[in-house]
Amino acid sequence: MPANLSARLCSFALSLFLIAFALPAFAGPFEDAVAKFANDDFSDTEEAIGVVAGSGNKLAFPIISALQDGRLMADPDSKKVYVTGADGKSIDAATGEPVASLPDSASAVRLNNRLRRSVDAALGSLTLQSPDLSTRLQAAQSVFKSHEETALEAVDAALAKETNRSVKAALGEARAAILLFKSDATEVEKLEAVATLKARGDQEALALLTGMGDQPASVTKAAASAIGSIQSSLAVWSTVQNAWYGLSLGSVLLLAAIGLAITFGVMGVINMAHGEMVMIGAYTTFVVQEVIRTRYPGLFDYSLLIAVPLAFLVAGAIGVLIERSIIRFLYGRPLETLLATWGLSLVLQQAVRTMFGPTNREVGNPSWMSGAFELGQITITYNRLWILLFTLAVFAILLAMLRYTALGLEMRAVTQNRRMAASMGIATSRVDALTFGLGSGIAGIAGVALSQIDNVSPNLGQSYIIDSFMVVVFGGVGNLWGTLVGAFTLGIANKFLEPVAGAVLGKIAILVLIILFIQKRPRGLFALKGRAVEA
Amino acid sequence: MTPHMLTRSLDRSATIFLLVVAALGVLIPLSNLLLPAGSFLQVPTYLVALWGKYVCYAILALSIDLIWGYCGILSLGHGAFFALGGYAMGMYLMRQIGTRGVYGNPILPDFMVFLNWQKLPWYWYGFDMFWFAALMVLFVPGLLAFCFGWLAFRSRVTGVYLSIITQAMTYALLLAFFRNDFGFGGNNGLTDFKDILGFNVQAEGTRAALFALSCLALIAGFLICRAIVSSKLGKVLIAVRDAESRTRFLGYRVESYKLFVFTVSACMAGVAGALYVPQVGIINPSEFAPGNSIEAVIWVAVGGRGTLVGAALGAVVVNYAKTFFTSGMLAPYWLFMLGALFILVTLLLPKGIVGTFNAWWDQSKEKRTAAAAASAAAEDGVTEPKMAE
Repeated sequence: MPANLSARLCSFALSLFLIAFALPAFAGPFEDAVAKFANDDFSDTEEAIGVVAGSGNKLAFPIISALQDGRLMADPDSKKVYVTGADGKSIDAATGEPVASLPDSASAVRLNNRLRRSVDAALGSLTLQSPDLSTRLQAAQSVFKSHEETALEAVDAALAKETNRSVKAALGEARAAILLFKSDATEVEKLEAVATLKARGDQEALALLTGMGDQPASVTKAAASAIGSIQSSLAVWSTVQNAWYGLSLGSVLLLAAIGLAITFGVMGVINMAHGEMVMIGAYTTFVVQEVIRTRYPGLFDYSLLIAVPLAFLVAGAIGVLIERSIIRFLYGRPLETLLATWGLSLVLQQAVRTMFGPTNREVGNPSWMSGAFELGQITITYNRLWILLFTLAVFAILLAMLRYTALGLEMRAVTQNRRMAASMGIATSRVDALTFGLGSGIAGIAGVALSQIDNVSPNLGQSYIIDSFMVVVFGGVGNLWGTLVGAFTLGIANKFLEPVAGAVLGKIAILVLIILFIQKRPRGLFALKGRAVEA
Repeated sequence: MTPHMLTRSLDRSATIFLLVVAALGVLIPLSNLLLPAGSFLQVPTYLVALWGKYVCYAILALSIDLIWGYCGILSLGHGAFFALGGYAMGMYLMRQIGTRGVYGNPILPDFMVFLNWQKLPWYWYGFDMFWFAALMVLFVPGLLAFCFGWLAFRSRVTGVYLSIITQAMTYALLLAFFRNDFGFGGNNGLTDFKDILGFNVQAEGTRAALFALSCLALIAGFLICRAIVSSKLGKVLIAVRDAESRTRFLGYRVESYKLFVFTVSACMAGVAGALYVPQVGIINPSEFAPGNSIEAVIWVAVGGRGTLVGAALGAVVVNYAKTFFTSGMLAPYWLFMLGALFILVTLLLPKGIVGTFNAWWDQSKEKRTAAAAASAAAEDGVTEPKMAE
């Protein structure tokens, strides 16, 4: 192909000329290397990759990653090289200045398999030394996972420059992982690697140690002891993790059940519409957030603080209304109350479905509730943590209210002996209405919290109602401590059964256990002492 | 059962009820099969299946009324017994499909082939025989009720506690039957039935026969319930309902009575489920949903708790309303109506339709008797008590 040959010769001469005479003051090794991409020669490209990656120029990363994605365009005529971004805009690879349009003769720089490997290695080392801390950390972790021998040099280089403690640790672990699998690493190096992995002590380290294949005897022995120690520490952490999940589930159960415990405990009323009060609380949160989004976007982080009292008032008012209009006519007929409130729950669900539509509504997390932090080997999300704290706060306030306020005193009196309380001048019907309102209001508050971790839909309440009943029945009626213990016991038991039996079977097992438990203690864990034959 | 006992146990409303059910059981199938299609008096096949469903619900309602109306046990998990009976029948029907399934496996039902199971699980053995399946329809719900009741009644779990744990029971079963590895078809349940005892389940004749059988089962169930509640045993049950502790103090073993009636009731619910499945053509885990069981309780409440006739009537009325309203423009409002029904019936009509009617009838009869006695006394100057009927 004489035309091609002459063009190449021409361009070669031209580039020689350019380098030698035209731009001696501007062309550094980086610019030279970049120009080599335009030669369309694999060995030149390889050289260019090496020089660019080692240059420390801020354009190095965009160039190499563009090369990997086929976005590095070279014009063989002008020897200019361009980086086309994902958005279609191009910059000059040598200078970083934007270019309006690419010349027609520009085409993507070609790669072969050998070059692709060096591109990957170059990218790895580039990201390992990226100025961004999280990029470096991520790069080190991905090297740890792939533990490719080729990355060793890059890791060593990065390790020498690294100053951040956590990235340094990650790089050390990545290095250990590489050495462990490197066939020509010395025994001392391998022993050190095993020690590093042992210190890391997580599931991935365990996987590397168990899958490392043939090793010298001393390394195998050290690895075996490391595996043992990692496994036992992992077992401890998984117990801690389960306990945390259990506490979290328990707090949700407690929040949902606590209002039920009050109405059931004081009034002996089974409120099947309790779950709908939770749902109303969740929808109140939704409405509050909608208003804030459209009118006062700056207040979004405070939306939950506004929603909590509002949900209490809305759900509480509906509760009082229900008590006055339906439930008070059914006292002494608990089974009928159960049916009437079930009907009420259908009506409320359908009303919400008509008003807000049957689909899930989006309730956002404020910034202080999103995200997570690591504690040892477990991850704790902020929303779960806040809900746990919130639940305990609600519980404490409720307990204080029952103990120190006049209404609390009256409620306790009515719980213990309704007729005696009435004889002592307590207006039991007023106490009933307020109690029902209080229970419903707390369900509304629970709805605010649950809206953060569950779908806000008309069926929200239904998914909690059976669990809440289980908590109340298990804990015992008329005793808030029983509800607390019941909720956390069920939550933790559920989460410890889950890994053994699976989520659904675990839940079934819990239900069966409760049914059996009721046989033993028909009045729950903490039954009220009394002489009544029939409750 | 002697003829004397039978007549004594049947009052006016019971006689009317039995006559009506028997007439429906004969006339609807005959009209469906004999009259030409499209004729004014001909009952279309889809209506036969629909009314067959109502009759099955009526049997379920009877079984609930037996324990709730006469013994004060409010079970919120009776749908579980109904569904278990249905599954037993469904398993028989699945085995009858044989090689006509999609995968053509002569032994394994389609869903097992799909899940790559190699052999039939042990609990499916025997369900290829009708007599075995029919036995299981009674035995499985009965056994569950017996075990559950034995545990619950002996430890004196009563009232709302019992209601809640029966609800937990059906909820646990719901979760279990949703699982694929439980071996009952998981989410999809059992369906695509071909034939029952050699007759095509889709055929008009089979549907008519199933309807007649359902009516027969309703009559039989009604007579059994009547026999129980009007016997001496029934008197004890009513005593348990009204004052459980007092009955116990009088020396009756309350738990045994409760256990007996609970088990009988569960068996009845199982039969209802077994008749329901071939007529509806599917059984799936949603039948275990706690909501279904509660809805069945409201049928009884609407019709009249503790009247038996009312329970069956309530089941038919509520379900007819459900069909009527959920198929028309009013569909979005059905749940409002159902909810309102729960509330209004418990508030305003605690005795239900039949109970309220009976009370009104008795009252007006008393008045008439009193008026007649008064006029007779005025004429003769002597008061002579008149025998009522």
